[in-house]
Amino acid sequence: MRKRVQFLTDQRFGYLLLFPALFLFGVVIFYPVARNVYLSFHEKSITTGMQAYFVGARHYLKIITGDLRFREALGNTIYFTVVSVAIEFLLGLAFALALNLSFRWRNFARASVILPWALPTAVMAMAWRWIYHDIYGVANDILLRLGVIKEAVAWLGKVPLAMHAAIFSDVWKTTSFMALMLLAGLQSIPQELYSAASIDGAGAWTKFRYVTLPLLRPVITMALLFRSLQAFAVFDLIWVLTQGGPGGTTETLSVYLYNYTFRYLNLGYGSALSVTIFGLSLIIILIILLFQKEEVELG
Amino acid sequence: MKSKKFRMVILYSVVGLVVFFSLAPFLWQVVTSFKPSQEIFSRPVKYIPSYLDLSAYVKIFIRHPFGRQIVNSIFIACVSTFICLALASLASYAVARFKIFGGRSFLLFILLLSLFPPVVLIVPLYEMVSTWGLMNNWLALIIPYSALNLPFAIWVMSSFFRQIPQALEDAAKVDGLSRLGILVRIILPLSAPALATTAILVFIFCWNEFLLALTFMTRDTSRTVPVGIAMLSGASQYEIPWDQISAATVLTTLPLVTFVVLFQRRIVEGLTAGAVKG
Repeated sequence: MRKRVQFLTDQRFGYLLLFPALFLFGVVIFYPVARNVYLSFHEKSITTGMQAYFVGARHYLKIITGDLRFREALGNTIYFTVVSVAIEFLLGLAFALALNLSFRWRNFARASVILPWALPTAVMAMAWRWIYHDIYGVANDILLRLGVIKEAVAWLGKVPLAMHAAIFSDVWKTTSFMALMLLAGLQSIPQELYSAASIDGAGAWTKFRYVTLPLLRPVITMALLFRSLQAFAVFDLIWVLTQGGPGGTTETLSVYLYNYTFRYLNLGYGSALSVTIFGLSLIIILIILLFQKEEVELG
Repeated sequence: MKSKKFRMVILYSVVGLVVFFSLAPFLWQVVTSFKPSQEIFSRPVKYIPSYLDLSAYVKIFIRHPFGRQIVNSIFIACVSTFICLALASLASYAVARFKIFGGRSFLLFILLLSLFPPVVLIVPLYEMVSTWGLMNNWLALIIPYSALNLPFAIWVMSSFFRQIPQALEDAAKVDGLSRLGILVRIILPLSAPALATTAILVFIFCWNEFLLALTFMTRDTSRTVPVGIAMLSGASQYEIPWDQISAATVLTTLPLVTFVVLFQRRIVEGLTAGAVKG
């Protein structure tokens, strides 16, 4: 007994505990990432059943120079990410400030705000398709009754509209996450700071500007980091709402990768696209973390 | 006095608007699911059904393998949550107590893993699943779900584990408990609330997952509920059965609505753990 305890030092015991998790990461994350890198330099198709053969950087060259659809998807993804995260942030901050005040039914209000986050994106995207329906949709009906539009609109079928309809649905779905993060941040700000600011004669705006915002900054960074990457990876919503249409104007990188890989069953090119998306995500992470000049308070 | 009343009116209308915005799309599905089908396809839109029609709820089970898909979803989400939590408790304990791989920096690395788009894994995972003959097999989802939710679970649980005083463990050691015994008999019971929080969130993530389920489950009877609903179609490709979709939506989201109502506080706690706490 004593001997075994000595053999299994705390350190080794720790590694032992970690092993199952690391093994699973290896199978589901590390191996696929490595395999992606390998495949991205090869030609491999499922349909031909041929052995993979080396093609060098040909796929990457095509992505950079020749793939117009990739370029369009990249533009769509950046537009989707920037616009929806910006709106979500402003709305989420407003939600959080409102929910931080005390009023009756506050718990009910908070539960309602969580709900869009908890519901499956794909299922609620179907719900939005029904709302946006060109003939029987409730969006058209309300706007017609209010006189905002003269005749029914095909929200998901017209070029500038489809992307913005998708952004609106995304804002609905994810503002709650932003609001929850910011609300938790607000609640961690000591109340005494506000009292002290009041004594110094600070008004509501001054308090918000010089107490709330600076103290909220680490949480804001985290929330923006999470949300930007999720928006950049958007798949479920677009796939169910428009499948990338009309005319590819809502096709984001994830949807393009999926459509390309499973329509042409070209694993080599799909892998090169995957590695590219991986790299772009890494760039976003670095940009956001660099923007936060202070040491970010993570966990 | 007047300005205070004015402020309350503003506050309640803002909150009312927020609540309406959050609930409306879901409530509209509820209303649609109870409408008789001629009223679903009517213009102008009818907001209150003239009578409650439950036929959509019957059709969804008779015309489509929806019952089977619910069973798939429940089983896959439960097993994945269980595996994920079991592995996460071991790993979190290692990270929190024994500072493996530098503890904190390892945690940051793990968090970073969960930030990358899952779609970048789809090509190699598809290759693996098809060569191992796991298409339409529950394992094709259970294994990735357990792994992909591990970073989040480890992140939340290790932050809870760190708050348990070391003295408690030292006392248990004196009483002759082994290290694994300490984890199972002392740490895990003490962190039951953290386990519950993590379990609820991981279950929700698994229940809602779409991309992998769409790719690896090609048979209608093997699909999970979100994919089943997204793929629902009527007699022709263009005829979408909106009544059944809304009924299925209500049934699928019912467990989630219950979770949100019952565990609101826990969900918020788990989601924001780490982002806010030091």
